[in-house]
Amino acid sequence: MLAFIVTFVLCFVAYLMLTTGGADIVFLGDWKILSWDYAEIIFGIILSLIVAIVARKIFVKKSFRMANPVRWFVFIGYLFYFFYEMTKANFDVAYRVITGKINPGIVRISPDLKTDLGITMLANSITLTPGTLSVDIDEDKNDLYIHWINVKKEALEDKPVNCKFVCANFEKWVRRVTE
Amino acid sequence: MLGQIADILVYLFLILGVFFNLLAGVGLLRFPDVYTRLHAGTKCTTFGSIFICGSVIIFGVRMWLMGDTNGSTLTIHTAGVLIAILLTNPTGAHAIARAAHRSGVKPFGAVIDDLAEKPAKKEAEK
Repeated sequence: MLAFIVTFVLCFVAYLMLTTGGADIVFLGDWKILSWDYAEIIFGIILSLIVAIVARKIFVKKSFRMANPVRWFVFIGYLFYFFYEMTKANFDVAYRVITGKINPGIVRISPDLKTDLGITMLANSITLTPGTLSVDIDEDKNDLYIHWINVKKEALEDKPVNCKFVCANFEKWVRRVTE
Repeated sequence: MLGQIADILVYLFLILGVFFNLLAGVGLLRFPDVYTRLHAGTKCTTFGSIFICGSVIIFGVRMWLMGDTNGSTLTIHTAGVLIAILLTNPTGAHAIARAAHRSGVKPFGAVIDDLAEKPAKKEAEK
């Protein structure tokens, strides 16, 4: 039942966000910041009911770990740090595009994250940051194989390679968010 | 006054976005193999698209604050596009890189290739 309500509410809010504007009947605020027709709201309720019946078991899994609001605030903090690192990465790639200096290789890192969500977040973050691209995953141990455009010599001394060379502090942030 | 600042920001973001997307195109031509080209094709295009979407969002918010409700549609829909790009672009790059490595494309001039050891293990298990 809880899964049904959560799916219904989120779906309905998404529908309202996507259909706002242009109508004058139901509105929020003094100068119609958001406005809807009755027809849109009724149709949204019907659609959300159908979606909630069909998708509640796919959308909400057994664990409610991510329902904790502290995790969401940490996630927003992570987004700022992520954007900073991403800016640095883009200037790095811009430099390599213009000069053509590359020293590529595929390395293995072992971030030791336990959840699927965490490993997905880390892999996507790695792909979008300094000269690294996640190629493959070892599903038993959650190890990631990373294509690295500029392999540093000192990083190759350990095997698997220390995370701090490849993904800055993302590993710690992701662990704070998801575990 | 605020409207002028918003206009300047819109143009600035458009210039930055187009610059990085152009750089991605140059990178695709200059780099030697699949993996390095993917570097150019994911990072630079995502970053450029963030700025282009950002300029549309600023324009939409400006319209919205001036009292034109079409601005809300512009803002919210573009924010949705931005989230979709941020989620799907790295995932697609990951899928292409994995497929390339599985079909036997060696990374050009690789110093080290840890992944080459992995498929051998899996075949031995079968």
